[in-house]
Amino acid sequence: MFSLAQPTSTWYLILSAVLFGIGTIGVMVRRNPLIMFMCIELMLNAVNLSFVALSSQIANIDGQVAVFFVLVVAAAEVVVGLGIIVSIMRRRTTLTVDDMSGLKG
Amino acid sequence: MELFVFVAAAAMVLTGALGVVTRSNPVHAAMSLVLTLFGIAVMFVAHNAHFLAAVQVIVYAGAIVVLFLFVIMLLGVDKAEDLSVEPITNQRPLAAIIGVGISAIVIAAIVSSRAGLGPSGEGINQTTIDSPDANIRQLARVIFSDNVFAFEITSVLLLVAVVGTVVMARKTKSVGTGK
Repeated sequence: MFSLAQPTSTWYLILSAVLFGIGTIGVMVRRNPLIMFMCIELMLNAVNLSFVALSSQIANIDGQVAVFFVLVVAAAEVVVGLGIIVSIMRRRTTLTVDDMSGLKG
Repeated sequence: MELFVFVAAAAMVLTGALGVVTRSNPVHAAMSLVLTLFGIAVMFVAHNAHFLAAVQVIVYAGAIVVLFLFVIMLLGVDKAEDLSVEPITNQRPLAAIIGVGISAIVIAAIVSSRAGLGPSGEGINQTTIDSPDANIRQLARVIFSDNVFAFEITSVLLLVAVVGTVVMARKTKSVGTGK
């Protein structure tokens, strides 16, 4: 007999793994640094989702505290990264990571 | 009901994530990112993490995506990117293999270790009609007692990030010339 299953934390963890994989593919495929940043945000969100799912599974609030700090660090990371991109764009016109080879020996 | 919430939120998350990776216009990618972030917020609510869901919407969808859009408009890179050329030979198949492989390994680990973790800690207070702020109270108690030092360091981190960004984004040529 078919019965509606309740989503367990395993489902959320699998979804989080898939989301992390999509983010990884995005970072490797795309060349626009802004899109690469968005894909890094996808990966951070995947980890946040698994933190919260496990936190409610083992009934421990510490996972949610970790997500809180991840959110803060992600905000700081985006601010610094976008500042770097803006200052790079002052010197050149195109925005692909392939062109940023100024430090190559 | 919970199943419906999970399926709807998972559809939002995956649609948005695929949109971020495949959209050629950066503005459309940022909008897809908003969809993903809202889906994650719905899942936080489903896990009784109400405070984190609110912070997710405010900080991610409200601040970070707006910052992305602001930089896109500022730099004028809101033109569609040409995605038909592959910069490196076989880059996309290799990236797909690596990404799917990472997901597959993690999923295999999750499924095979289903035996489970027992409860640890003092439990999570459920938000109810009688105590609508139970989650926030419990989270605040842990953050401001056990993790108060990390919390203070976080404020220093944010200050350093703000000052560093202002220093980087400033036009250095006009300093001292009066322009």
